[in-house]
Amino acid sequence: MIENMSETVIQVTNLIRDYDKFRAVDDITFSVSKGEIFGFLGPNGAGKTTTIKVLCTLLAPTFGSTSVAGYDCVREPDRVRSHIGIIFQDPSLDDRLTAEENLYFHSLLYHIPSAIRKERMEAVLKMVELFDRRKSLVREFSGGMKRRLEIARGLMHKPAVLFLDEPTLGLDPQTRHHIWQYLLDLREHTDLTIFLTTHYMDEAEHCDRIAIIDHGKIIAMDILEKLKNSVSGDVINLATNDDALAVQELATIFSVQAKKGKNNVIYFTAPDGESLIPDIIRRLTPRIISVSLKKPSLDDVFLTLTGRQIREEAANSEDLLRSFVRRRRSL
Amino acid sequence: MKLRVIYAVALRDIIRFYRERTQLIGSLTRSVLWLFIMGLGLRGSVNVGGDISYTHYIFPGIIGMTVMFAAVQQAISIVWDREFGFLKEILAAPVSRTAIAMGKALSGGFISFMQGCLVAVLGLFLGIRFDFTGVLEMLLLMALAGVALASLGIVVASRITSFQGFGTIMNFFLMPMFFLSGAMYPVNKLPGWLYAIVRVNPLSYMVDGIRGAVLGDQWANFGLLFDAIFLLGFFVLMIVWATFSFRIEGRR
Repeated sequence: MIENMSETVIQVTNLIRDYDKFRAVDDITFSVSKGEIFGFLGPNGAGKTTTIKVLCTLLAPTFGSTSVAGYDCVREPDRVRSHIGIIFQDPSLDDRLTAEENLYFHSLLYHIPSAIRKERMEAVLKMVELFDRRKSLVREFSGGMKRRLEIARGLMHKPAVLFLDEPTLGLDPQTRHHIWQYLLDLREHTDLTIFLTTHYMDEAEHCDRIAIIDHGKIIAMDILEKLKNSVSGDVINLATNDDALAVQELATIFSVQAKKGKNNVIYFTAPDGESLIPDIIRRLTPRIISVSLKKPSLDDVFLTLTGRQIREEAANSEDLLRSFVRRRRSL
Repeated sequence: MKLRVIYAVALRDIIRFYRERTQLIGSLTRSVLWLFIMGLGLRGSVNVGGDISYTHYIFPGIIGMTVMFAAVQQAISIVWDREFGFLKEILAAPVSRTAIAMGKALSGGFISFMQGCLVAVLGLFLGIRFDFTGVLEMLLLMALAGVALASLGIVVASRITSFQGFGTIMNFFLMPMFFLSGAMYPVNKLPGWLYAIVRVNPLSYMVDGIRGAVLGDQWANFGLLFDAIFLLGFFVLMIVWATFSFRIEGRR
């Protein structure tokens, strides 16, 4: 995968999308390379789903150019569509049909020849561990099983890019972990490019690269480590046999202002804490009993950039209906 | 190529229809209630002229009602399906919007046709004497009206963006269409402006045609041929509009 990193699969240039007077996506530019897991992180209403809809050719852009897998999303929508798999935020399975029937209709829509249909179906169902349940009606499935089936379906026509809009929204932590196992496996064993949106911080941490989007604008975009380093330093906790001396030496040798914390530790923040620790151990006179380092979380990054925390914001009636549907369907 | 997609879109709806019995039972119950309760209740007080009973008179109207409700309901389900259902998956697939609209019109037409047939069977219990050509004419009109009304429903569905639209459609659209179709009473004595609505209402022509087909030609005001031609024309107009409205989906 690393050797393919240079090949661009998604290219978005100056994308703008308006709904009447409201600007949902405000002049964003980014590109995603082959084999990457690229995450769009932001609160509800930031413009994540709108961007995904434009890339999936379901929504026309107001301005700007977008291409996926080498095809223009506006001029060659059908070519784009046949090269992408989509897992929508809201359920898109037919729950009166069986798992197998859902996949059968997918293969009709994507023109998968009947000669290889069976074998493809079996392969994707086995991958998400639903092969035994292929004859069951989807309405009997749990929320997690439905998600897995949607992933299987999205992969059936061997897309170049898999789009996932809030893939684990409303699922329990165990199921979320499970679904991420499939996605990380896919990155390991195929050169599939994955584009996902999320407002879960821990989910974004699985991504190779993250764009933080707020009010329709990308406010930061980088690999995870750099994003974290750009914002605040690491927090280093030290326990020594002479805290007062340690604080004094840290100030003179390393010019950092350490403070006394709880449980007899002193702490300070510094950029690039990992490379600082060996130096500290070598040069401090007091004996060091323990060292710990805490990396800033994406929460800290978002908070620093926007002054707000990502959380579910007040929902309008449509959102409430959405969450109701999601809950009802996952029973 | 296109046929494969039309087939997929329609087949999925038809499979659902067979599995989802409650909807069918609900709509058949409504038809039976109208036919028997309204038929028997108003029999004494409504004079429709001629030598037939009121129940016989409204029988074609109830078939029309059944087909209309079934076709439009099937199409309106698009609103929900587009947001929370398989239609999303279809719209995201590399298939032509025209084929999707055609498939939807076909499934709506087929499902409403089947329901119309079930209600038509009730005519046997009412003592209606069907003749062979009359039945064929009735089936043709039901099929034409089914696809025409389903296409109309698709156009309406494409205009609805909120989920609150259902009740509005029922009250402002379907009920007036039903009452101003000649389904329940002769419409030729209506004031001119109401009669104008009757003349542009596709349901009027379906009811008129079926009345002619099963009760005798003298009961068809507009004539069977004209009825069929009107429905065909209406269908063509609506299916073109429907495919167009599917194509501009997402452009707004």
